[in-house]
Amino acid sequence: MSIDEATTRRTNSSKSDLSVPPLTDDDLLEMYRTMVLSRTLDERVWLLNRQGKAAIVASAQGHEGAQMGAVKASDPTRDHYLIYYREFCTMMALGVTPTEMLLGFLAKEGEPMSSARQFPLHGSLDRVDIVSFSNVVATQMPHAVGFALADQIREIDAVTIAYFGDGASSMGDTHESMNFAAIHKLPVVFFCENNRYAISVPQSKQMAIESIADRAEAYGMPGVMVDGMDAVAVYEVMYLAIENARNGGGPTLVEARVERFYPHTSDDDHTRYRSDEEIETMTSRDPIEVMEEMLSSRDVLGAARKEQIWESAQRIVDEATQAAESAPLPQPTGDNDIYKHLYADSNGD
Amino acid sequence: MATKTVIEAVRDAMHEEMSRDQNVLVMGEDIAERGGVFLATDGFVEDFGSARVIDTPLAESSIAGIALGAAVNGLRPIAEIEFADFIWPAMNQIVGEASKVRYGTAGKKYAPMVVRMPYGGGVRGGLYHSQSIDVVFAHQPGLHVVAPSTPYDAKGLLKSAIRSDDPVIFLEHKRTYRLVRGEVPDQEYTLPIGVADVKREGSDLTIVAFGLMVHYCLEAANMVAESDGIDAEIVDLRSLTPLDRDTILKSVRKTSKALVVQEDSLSYGVGAEIAATIATSAFEDLDAPVARLAGPDLPEMPFSPALEAEYMLSPEKIATAIRELAAY
Repeated sequence: MSIDEATTRRTNSSKSDLSVPPLTDDDLLEMYRTMVLSRTLDERVWLLNRQGKAAIVASAQGHEGAQMGAVKASDPTRDHYLIYYREFCTMMALGVTPTEMLLGFLAKEGEPMSSARQFPLHGSLDRVDIVSFSNVVATQMPHAVGFALADQIREIDAVTIAYFGDGASSMGDTHESMNFAAIHKLPVVFFCENNRYAISVPQSKQMAIESIADRAEAYGMPGVMVDGMDAVAVYEVMYLAIENARNGGGPTLVEARVERFYPHTSDDDHTRYRSDEEIETMTSRDPIEVMEEMLSSRDVLGAARKEQIWESAQRIVDEATQAAESAPLPQPTGDNDIYKHLYADSNGD
Repeated sequence: MATKTVIEAVRDAMHEEMSRDQNVLVMGEDIAERGGVFLATDGFVEDFGSARVIDTPLAESSIAGIALGAAVNGLRPIAEIEFADFIWPAMNQIVGEASKVRYGTAGKKYAPMVVRMPYGGGVRGGLYHSQSIDVVFAHQPGLHVVAPSTPYDAKGLLKSAIRSDDPVIFLEHKRTYRLVRGEVPDQEYTLPIGVADVKREGSDLTIVAFGLMVHYCLEAANMVAESDGIDAEIVDLRSLTPLDRDTILKSVRKTSKALVVQEDSLSYGVGAEIAATIATSAFEDLDAPVARLAGPDLPEMPFSPALEAEYMLSPEKIATAIRELAAY
């Protein structure tokens, strides 16, 4: 099934009285700005990798619409974001600054998630509850369900979003987590960004079905497939899923169909497994262009404003690059003593 | 003082902590109405309700992983793995994930969770209900590994484990559950994790053990005292991580001979770590090479009684090892 065909499709929906608050022009412009900034920074990190300065990068180019739409539907002041390594735009939409992002990719002092102990985008953030403990796919799924269980038991009004890709959908932890969440009607939304590749393995070798969202019915929860290249469509679907969870309706499985414009990571070469024609045509639909068309149709994005937004993003990324490149590497003493934070009483001495 | 079994002490520890702290919950297979296959949570669902006494699907990875997520987000879960032999699907969530939460977030997140499990052999458990899995956890920094031998130790250490802000693997030897009785104070107490206990004082040699083997060693020590006049000191590790090297070394410096007894297979086991510790730090105090007595390097103990007995250590086998070391 192509993304074009993936107009929003629902299975096993419970009847909902919820309505989606329409996005204002300002909302949409802000989403667009964030996506442009994410794309610009993402491109910069790829360059820094090719210059030998960033050890590894997993690009989110092609995923920005899905990631922006999902964040817009949530409440960063109380919700939990259990992300995985490709959530570049999610991080930025949640307020992680370009400099902070680059400190992660360059493994520099001041990196906010793990103090540069981990790969970029891993660890946790204090000001918004972004959590990503592990590189190992699907390990975050039971963690997300545990987060939701704790909120349900303690009667805390928060929803957990479990981010994962089509690759992680094959893991046993994904099955166990969805099953448990549905049994206990936990406030969690399973958000799958399906780019149809688990590194090099295409969807046809990962599963015999066309839509991961179809699995929801077997767990007893709603499943929704949505065009992940359309940030507004994702926002609408995720808003309903998140508010349903917030109101005690239990989990939803949302599958956003996206494209992965770059190889799996900077260490991968997708020309080994994607045809020239596929690589040529996969960018013909771009989540940023989808957003531009929508903004243009509402007469809020003329040529001048568009140019200003891209130039501004370039400037911000240039400044962030300078700041991150001039930041020191952490040395294994003081706060960066590698023996710190092993146990509650580990002070490194 | 009341006399309790190990399983009663485990139950009392959890019941007291759940009464004391609303954030403590138990989750695992058959633990609600069934009360656990060994009845560790007998009556809990009536006392605390099904929201805090959660019967899970048969899915160990998510038992550990959900407990981990709940722990990071404010609860103090106690996950029960029905038999230690069933832990392997959960290894990724424990060794791969729980051990690294604090370290990988530079101290911003932590996981106050306990994973309890009955382990060990000598119960006609065959290959899949007899396993000792201590060393795979003890090798992983970031976890605490506790393995008590008596009701008193089990209760005091389990209460500390539940209150700990770090993940604790709590190993309960299933043969001790109803076999071992002991006095437990009526009043509230906890025991610090990481402190070994001298279960028998002696002057001729030191035996280091934990779990069921402590009791076998005590029997063996009494046998050789009577038959050969050998006076053995027994150090019960009680926790494998942190390892109380000071208590081990203090005893060895006094007796000058050491025998490490472990139920698990020999190679790369707990005994190797202790032997290396003694060799490194008390070499000049030794009158004999450090001896190790362990299970054979086989996948697990067989089911049929004589075959199981061939694999499993016994007080008699330990007595023989003591005599050999004493004669060196």
